[in-house]
Amino acid sequence: MASTETGATSESLPQDPTNDLQSTIHGKARLGDKVFRNLSTGSGTLILVILAAVATFLVGLSIPALTADPEELQYGAFWAYALPFAFGTVWASFLSMLFAVPVAIGIALFISHYAPRRLAQGLGYVIDLLAAVPSVVFGLWGINTLAPLVRPLYVWLADNFGDLPVLGWFFAGPVSGTGRTILTAAMVLAVMVLPIITAISREVFLQTPRLHEEASLALGATRWEMIRQAVLPFGTPGVVSACMLGLGRALGETMAIAMVLSPASVISFELLTPSNPNTIAGNIALAFPEAFGLGVNQLIATGLVLFVITLAVNMTARWILASRKEFSGAN
Amino acid sequence: MSKRIELKDLNIFYGKFHAVKSVNMTIEPRAVTAFIGSSGCGKSTVLRSINRMHEVIDGAYVEGQVLLDGVDLYDKAVDPVRVRRHIGMVFQRPNPFPTMSIRENILAGVRLNNSRISKSDADELVETSLQGANLWNEVKDRLDKPGSGLSGGQQQRLCIARAIAVSPDVLLMDEPCSALDPISTLAVEDLIQELKENYTVVIVTHNMQQAARVSDSTAFFNLKAHGQPGELIEYGPTEKIFHNPEQKATEDYITGRFG
Repeated sequence: MASTETGATSESLPQDPTNDLQSTIHGKARLGDKVFRNLSTGSGTLILVILAAVATFLVGLSIPALTADPEELQYGAFWAYALPFAFGTVWASFLSMLFAVPVAIGIALFISHYAPRRLAQGLGYVIDLLAAVPSVVFGLWGINTLAPLVRPLYVWLADNFGDLPVLGWFFAGPVSGTGRTILTAAMVLAVMVLPIITAISREVFLQTPRLHEEASLALGATRWEMIRQAVLPFGTPGVVSACMLGLGRALGETMAIAMVLSPASVISFELLTPSNPNTIAGNIALAFPEAFGLGVNQLIATGLVLFVITLAVNMTARWILASRKEFSGAN
Repeated sequence: MSKRIELKDLNIFYGKFHAVKSVNMTIEPRAVTAFIGSSGCGKSTVLRSINRMHEVIDGAYVEGQVLLDGVDLYDKAVDPVRVRRHIGMVFQRPNPFPTMSIRENILAGVRLNNSRISKSDADELVETSLQGANLWNEVKDRLDKPGSGLSGGQQQRLCIARAIAVSPDVLLMDEPCSALDPISTLAVEDLIQELKENYTVVIVTHNMQQAARVSDSTAFFNLKAHGQPGELIEYGPTEKIFHNPEQKATEDYITGRFG
């Protein structure tokens, strides 16, 4: 309504040759603006399309396995088959985060707030380099170096803590003869996710407003108190995002797990024994070559479970962050 | 609690750059001393060297002495962290901790160094500090809301309350009103007048009317030429500096005929 009125008014204006305001303010959107807008909208859409395609593939091919009679399935009833792997996935990722997150935050803080500039730069490069090592190499390192190296430690842990009340759940024997347990796999995973979490956390910590750091120092804070008062609260959302990316890698990591872990189909918190729960991704890699018929669908359905776990973890993290938004410093 | 500050042959450096040259002055307790001068003349640098915040910057260092009631703050045995507890600072832009509530912001300094404080003591400290900063009536109903939700002027008074909560001897203010509107500025200036009864107040300002309004003594800093270190040109009672300065450069700056 308003626009037609405006249109009518502008048409009824006398065409004054000396007034060229109209000709200078009329114009079309520029080509560059259009191209860039479409390009970025297209990219945004593309990622949704890819996600939808993956989800459709997973759901579509999972349904036959989920609805079939357990008798017909290569690996037996679906949930009985999938649950130990789902557990193993979450458990291995949890353990790896337990190792990786404190170390990553420590390295990131060292680089951003403690190290002399030149050392910090060098260290930053080394961390980035670590992210470029293929997971097969980490797998080989896990089997050949780490597993034999940590086995004596495992024996000691089992001897000293294996019989204690609560610790016994985790450290009970018998100790695996090869050292290729879920604890070793989690350590390898931790080394793999370390560079991701470190690199992002470092960037976030470096973004801390100088003003907040000085506010803290001027109150008489030591370096560490300043970090706790100004740097960590400011960086928390970024560090959580970093951990989510790291966790995503840990949950989905296939090769290193498939190589390092000697798997069994169990749900167990024991860290040192030869029977370890496999992860979903590790199991798919190991079982896929021999799967046929509905067995393939069954493996894909476990992939769907992994997809849902990852989604749930990410949404929980976002929800936690959103609930603290008022104090985030975004305003 | 209010203490006298003496700067003795103070030279301040950023790496190789000589920023401020041999400053000698005595800043009286229970008074407001204003530092004025054009941008880059080193007045903020001098201010920051009083509570050893200058050396927080990479490569920055100081030669000479800063005495607080006769004690050299740059003595080897002195811990800069402890110096800053005695000499509070308020910055150019209000900087309450965004992740903390108003109450936690006030207690931030007290909570450092593992010191514990009972809830009733904390409540009392929050109230007296906020009252000391003329902010209590405006925020007493929302102490648990984030400090970043306040207006700019309120945030700056919150920062002043945070600084006085640790009961310092000296309060340094680095252009505390430059990011504030006139009404908030007036509130902060009124507050400065009250603060001088208990603290030695040193304020850096670009606003000469402000210096004339709030300060008892004024120090004028200037550069001889670009790239040269800043120097203390003239220091004396505000009345004299503004009406009867001894130096030509001071008079030129005060009257706006600068350069």
